[in-house]
Amino acid sequence: MSTLGFCDLTISYDGVCAVKSFNDILHSGEWLCLIGPNGAGKSSVLRAAAGLVEYSGSVAIDQKEIPTTSARWRAQNIAFVPQTPLMPDDMSVVEYVLLGRNPYIKHFASESARDVEVVEKIFKRLDLEQFSNRMVGTLSGGERQRAVIARALAQEAPVLLLDEPTAALDIGHQQQALELVDNLRREQGLTVVSAMHDLTLAGLYADRLVLMHQGLCVASGNAQSVLRSEILAEFYGVSARVHHEPDGTVVVIPQRSTIN
Amino acid sequence: MLLAKQAAKTRAGTRFSAWLLASIALLITAVLVGTMIGPAGPQWWRVPLELANRLPLISIDSGVTSEQWNIVWQIRMPRVVLAALVGAMLSVAGASYQGVFRNPLVDPYLLGVAAGAGLGATVVFSLKRQTTQNWLIDPLPLAAFAGALIAVLATYLVGTAFGKTRSSTTLVLAGIAVTSLATAVQTFVLQRNNDVVRQVYSWILGRLSSATWSDVRLILPYIVFSSTVLLMHRRLLDVMRVGDDEATALGTNIRRVRLVVVLAATFGTAAAVAVSGLIGFVGIIVPHTVRLLAGASYRRVLPLSILLGAAFLVAADIPSRVLADPAETPIGVVTAFFGAPFFLLLLRAKKTQT
Repeated sequence: MSTLGFCDLTISYDGVCAVKSFNDILHSGEWLCLIGPNGAGKSSVLRAAAGLVEYSGSVAIDQKEIPTTSARWRAQNIAFVPQTPLMPDDMSVVEYVLLGRNPYIKHFASESARDVEVVEKIFKRLDLEQFSNRMVGTLSGGERQRAVIARALAQEAPVLLLDEPTAALDIGHQQQALELVDNLRREQGLTVVSAMHDLTLAGLYADRLVLMHQGLCVASGNAQSVLRSEILAEFYGVSARVHHEPDGTVVVIPQRSTIN
Repeated sequence: MLLAKQAAKTRAGTRFSAWLLASIALLITAVLVGTMIGPAGPQWWRVPLELANRLPLISIDSGVTSEQWNIVWQIRMPRVVLAALVGAMLSVAGASYQGVFRNPLVDPYLLGVAAGAGLGATVVFSLKRQTTQNWLIDPLPLAAFAGALIAVLATYLVGTAFGKTRSSTTLVLAGIAVTSLATAVQTFVLQRNNDVVRQVYSWILGRLSSATWSDVRLILPYIVFSSTVLLMHRRLLDVMRVGDDEATALGTNIRRVRLVVVLAATFGTAAAVAVSGLIGFVGIIVPHTVRLLAGASYRRVLPLSILLGAAFLVAADIPSRVLADPAETPIGVVTAFFGAPFFLLLLRAKKTQT
């Protein structure tokens, strides 16, 4: 059981405020999706939770403040998938995924049999076995994304932070990646925070959406309440129709401003 | 599936062991040839016989007189051993620097080691060298060592004082600034002491010709210590390959790793430079050759760099003795002259292969 709490989180870079008083609390198995235009502060919230930026206010896992914890403890409790991960081309997939075991390996030791076992299980789960000895540089976009998620899962952390996990993927691989995360959080009770640009997909998978704009949280709730055309017009400056499917799915459809 | 993976894994493992064995064989060959060739001394083929004769329980009549043996043991052997130590140190330090700075073009002289050592040596050459070289302890290596460490310390202080960010760029820039400053001071000192320019120049090109067992004893502890520390970090250097942010998110204290690796590499490099002068190119070419041959994982790059670096410098020292016999060709010239074309060939072969 892990609770991830944000309280009055404020982040500024060189005096410019990127996030202002962000508040939220997530329980085990919940999926929160941060949406909002570019530069709204979504990534900053994720990076604060991963212990990568300084902030004021509080971000805590089970009441443990992030900056007071060691990098090793954080990595055992939070897995972070950045927007554009740096993947060395000449590293094999199995070597790459084994990096996820780093928080469990003593400073100067090497991987134990258990580490290899964990990674093998994940390879099976993500259907990556045939790639294990391929070089990362030879993978396609979808395969790379799966390798990154595999590395994050190898951390066996109860909290998963995903920064635009589907940005580089086609529609099929987008669905595949999100289905995978969704299954994992149901099976293992992962707490997921993701930042996403595809509003329809965000509404489809997340329990809650938080719309951010210029560092502020301007709307939050389920897809029906956040994804409304007047809200999207105000904060994205987009002219879009919002369509409600009978099963509750909310579909956002951009519109052309002039119709011939 | 699992079986296939295991098979592939052991395949990578055997390839690494094969390279390891090949490097050891290469090193032994280089050492043997290095002790066999040189002006004066016994006929070349008698040397291995005599070496075997010196082993316990073996007795061979090699026909080597004790004077000839002195040439082999007191002149050639320390030179070969010193070349091996310096080559190993520069290579493993270069590989480690490239790892922590994630920059393939970095060499172990990056943070001011070369300029600091050069300045230290220049000062010694300029101050009554005639008397100081007969001191009980020659101040030349000590001054070079101290100069190198002071320069890197200055780089570190400047780099961390102004660099608030986690980035290593400020450190590299500080290294460039300190290098320029030290070189400027060195040029100034040389201007005022024109007579020592030749000596300083030949020191800068690197030399192993005057190696003695006491040089070996002087630097051995530093080099063993530094290489051990660096080897212990080989897995962490692999973690650092995914970048500062991700390595941190994976639970690594990157600042500490970077500090320890840089300190160890600098310490060892300064010791090597103190006795051998500035031998360029080894710290870049050997690690990259290893990467091209055996893959880029630091678990393979570091141990293989030590072995191949040692073998490379021992081998490069042979033409440096023989080419312009009886004069010495500076070893820095030989490493670049033979190293550069070899490296280009290797790059080309790798390109056509893939």
